[in-house]
Amino acid sequence: MKSAVVLLPGLNRDRDMIAALTNISGVAPQTVWQTDTDIPDVDLIVIPGGFSYGDYLRCGAIAARMPVMQAIREKAAKGVMVMGVCNGFQILVEAGLLPGALMRNASLKFVCREVKLEVTNANTAFTRGYSHGQIIRTPVAHHDGNYFADEETLARIEGNGQVVFRYAEGANPNGSINDIAGIINESGNVLGLMPHPENLIEAAHGGTDGRALFAGVLGVAA
Amino acid sequence: MKARVTVTLKNGVLDPQGKAIVGALGSLGFDGVGSVRQGKVFDVELDTKDRAKAEESLKAMCEKLLANTVIEDYSFAID
Repeated sequence: MKSAVVLLPGLNRDRDMIAALTNISGVAPQTVWQTDTDIPDVDLIVIPGGFSYGDYLRCGAIAARMPVMQAIREKAAKGVMVMGVCNGFQILVEAGLLPGALMRNASLKFVCREVKLEVTNANTAFTRGYSHGQIIRTPVAHHDGNYFADEETLARIEGNGQVVFRYAEGANPNGSINDIAGIINESGNVLGLMPHPENLIEAAHGGTDGRALFAGVLGVAA
Repeated sequence: MKARVTVTLKNGVLDPQGKAIVGALGSLGFDGVGSVRQGKVFDVELDTKDRAKAEESLKAMCEKLLANTVIEDYSFAID
């Protein structure tokens, strides 16, 4: 499985993501710059976390309008797997590749800590390394992770099983509606999540609960 | 031509920042503030003198970038 990591000014988790993908797949991902309109032939495109464009206007809003996003949109339509973590998730919703919006945390505070997540759909290419209902640990670090969608959209994504990660009971750090932490698109090839699985993949991180996500989507052993 | 674009949260979308502002107003002694909904203002200068063209262009700007229509409403006024 070949992967690519998207680089945008202001992202700061790109190196963690490259390290995670290299560690788990054994192959370093290619990198794609924001103005690239031609994305190499890869199986997985990852938009990492950070603060692209300083979160100006709205988190992810400017990045979502960069040329590379049109190329990602075309790849996604062809079935290439796309994953956005944290700011990457915000960029995917701003680009319209995932439904809903990510708003300021209900507490108004930047939240940086470990939370427990429940895998609420293990029947996806991204989550197949987990079991349904499994509780996993992941770090979160964000100011705008408060997922919102209107009633109709919410009913649709819940009905389709598109909510794949939820903050476990009592762990919601940001006020997200229905405790939503991560969703996939209807076709199941685009995932966005606020927590950082790339920061829990080796013993030195204090745990390896994030490995199964990468291993699942990359089709390698965890 | 100058225009002012106003972007506000849609009704029903929670506004924790607005709530925090109500709290701060209360602590300054401004009693009786029922609620505050905060938003954004953009002052835009356009090259065109054609009002209809400016309106069309502003609408497109709002739809494509200035507002996130999942959570926000927009309006604009041309000077």
